[in-house]
Amino acid sequence: MRDERRLEHDHKYPEEREIKNFKFDLINKRKQRNQHGALIPLLQSAQDSYGYIPEKAIHYISEVVNIPAADIYGVITFYSQFRLKPLGKYVIRICEGTACHVNGAKNILKVLQNELGIGVAETTDDGLFTLQSVACLGCCSLSPVIMINDETYGNLDAEKTRKVIKKYRKRETNAHTA
Amino acid sequence: MTEIKVGLATCGIASGGEAVFEEIKKEIEENDLDVNLKETGCMGMCYEEVLVEVIDDHDHYLYSRVTPDKAKRILKEHLIEHKPIEEWIIKGNGADIGNGFFEKQKRIVLRNCGIIDPGSIEEYMDREGYKAIQMCLKEYTSLEVIDTIKKSGLRGRGGGGFPTGLKWDFARQAEGDKKYIICNADEGDPGAFMDRSALEGDPHSVLEGMMIAAYAAGANEAYIYVRAEYPLAIKRLKIAIAQCEEKGFLGTHIFGSNMDFTINIKEGAGAFVCGEETALIASIEGRRGVPRIRPPFPAKKGLWKNPTNINNVETYANVPWIILNGADAFASMGTEKSKGTKVFALAGKINKSGLAEVPMGITINEIVFDIGGGIKGDKAFKAVQIGGPSGGCIPEKMGDLKIDYNEITRTGAIMGSGGLIVLDETTCMVDLAKFFLNFTQNESCGKCTFCRIGTKRMLEVLERITSGEGKDGDIELLEDLAEKIKSSTLCGLGQTAPNPVLTTINYFRSEYEAHIYEKRCPSHYCPALVTYHINAEECTGCTLCAKKCPVNAINGDKKEAHFINTEKCIKCGLCFDVCRFHAVEKI
Repeated sequence: MRDERRLEHDHKYPEEREIKNFKFDLINKRKQRNQHGALIPLLQSAQDSYGYIPEKAIHYISEVVNIPAADIYGVITFYSQFRLKPLGKYVIRICEGTACHVNGAKNILKVLQNELGIGVAETTDDGLFTLQSVACLGCCSLSPVIMINDETYGNLDAEKTRKVIKKYRKRETNAHTA
Repeated sequence: MTEIKVGLATCGIASGGEAVFEEIKKEIEENDLDVNLKETGCMGMCYEEVLVEVIDDHDHYLYSRVTPDKAKRILKEHLIEHKPIEEWIIKGNGADIGNGFFEKQKRIVLRNCGIIDPGSIEEYMDREGYKAIQMCLKEYTSLEVIDTIKKSGLRGRGGGGFPTGLKWDFARQAEGDKKYIICNADEGDPGAFMDRSALEGDPHSVLEGMMIAAYAAGANEAYIYVRAEYPLAIKRLKIAIAQCEEKGFLGTHIFGSNMDFTINIKEGAGAFVCGEETALIASIEGRRGVPRIRPPFPAKKGLWKNPTNINNVETYANVPWIILNGADAFASMGTEKSKGTKVFALAGKINKSGLAEVPMGITINEIVFDIGGGIKGDKAFKAVQIGGPSGGCIPEKMGDLKIDYNEITRTGAIMGSGGLIVLDETTCMVDLAKFFLNFTQNESCGKCTFCRIGTKRMLEVLERITSGEGKDGDIELLEDLAEKIKSSTLCGLGQTAPNPVLTTINYFRSEYEAHIYEKRCPSHYCPALVTYHINAEECTGCTLCAKKCPVNAINGDKKEAHFINTEKCIKCGLCFDVCRFHAVEKI
């Protein structure tokens, strides 16, 4: 089964006013009986707005679509896309597909864990990197592959991987000093 | 006018295609060239990305592995000075270094991929696009369309291989005012990227296939369920749908007929089991993607309890071609029970990884060696893994096996959606079985006990075996659990989950036995059963291994023999791979 993701209280919850801002039109377009079908798009939209799904958003959505919050929680934890905690600034997704596996994805993962000091599904203390593993990114011909936010890096080895991480770290320090 | 096309599917973009595109655009503007620059989808040769095709009055020239610097030179020498740069051209200008890659292929699904601009409906229409649906609307009854598809012998390309025409007929006959069409683009198999490429490279052919299915079944609304991991495919589909709506190909009275038809996109949220049709429907309805008992089949009671026809991307993409070229043309390809072509995503330890569409009936050896160019690094070919986590490994000695639904099922694997991973002598089959079981175990929705708990127990046994703690009777225990899981689970995920284990036991039993009884991994892969050490006599102290080591476990001074700190060593084998003097040994 998937990792249990617990709801945790977080002081960074967005204001309620903000929560109401995300795509309302998704619901209004639909007829009453299809409201259930709006649930996943609404959750996706909430996550797009905040980077994760805040607890308040769950209660809000629950009222709008008339589905109990517990059921919504069940849906959230079923799908691997949804998160109940904020992510780091850079989300590193390591591909664990077959092609990557036979081409040494495990080593890349070790390098990343070593470099970042975190495990899969964890975020670094400085909030910069989150490490996630995904089943397949679909760029098998470039294996082993990682994606950092929307950028794909392929044909990796230990050295290249370290360089990529270094590049992002450097970008951050430059941004701070500038 | 000269045309330049840059392959900008996910693989091209990941290889730096966008930078090349921008560079060419800049150069064209700076030099005021009369060139039509276009982006296109996947050309299939992912191993040669970034691909740039220059089409002038004489020929098509395909440049491979283009970088922004190379692009600059191509524009200068080829377009301004009219001297093609021969050493970079892999196709055209008399050269065909990509030789063999296209020779044995037959492109139906990928007929437009890498040729047209996926963002242009006009280019699709120039290549007979949307002709098939108009023919259907004007000349054929829905029954005639279904008959054509039945006669063509098209079977579901998502893996199951159910006859498509028959499926449509069930949906047509089902009672109900409202009927739905669903396109399953939840391509979850690790190692498969055919549907992604088809959607990114030629979204309109999928839409047209869905229109024809809707006409045949009497549906007027459709959903495309796409993985959220495919942002580019979603983007291009949205563009394509908007273009169709603008032209009146979607909406009310499409193509001026009496038919209304709308297509919605539904983004998946990351659950492999949603590739199963009833789970997919549950997911569209906003619930947890859990399969339900069939019958009733979706053709009778599907989305919102209405009759629903579900097919996969590749199946729909075949349809317009069949209508245009006739059922006989399609049925003339392939074997007795499997007609037409199949797209395979070639990956793994193969020289030319990429997309290949081959006629059914081609042999595995032909795919691996003639199209794929053989095994990387001159290692020995061991097996192909086909069908993803539901499929199995077919050993090298069965390389003459024909690609055919029934033949492949007989080996214990399945055709699956088209992932074809090539394995060489360094791949441990027990580890591979463990890999797939770990995947299905993670993705099990948890509804059926045997799938939820049985796969977990099997995984534990495999973990035991690969860590050197296998016991007598473990193989039999695996086989016993596998049979029970197969017979007592509800959906395809559970019923096929043991396949990777069963096929590897069947064809590579000796590897399991070596792990269990001799505590040895014959492929020197399983870390617990391998230790690395440096032969001091061979080591020249070049420091390469120490530099490459991901955990800094190798120490030693320059020009002195190095040594491995076995406590720190994670047994990744990188030092073994990089050493030029064969000083690193596996024991």
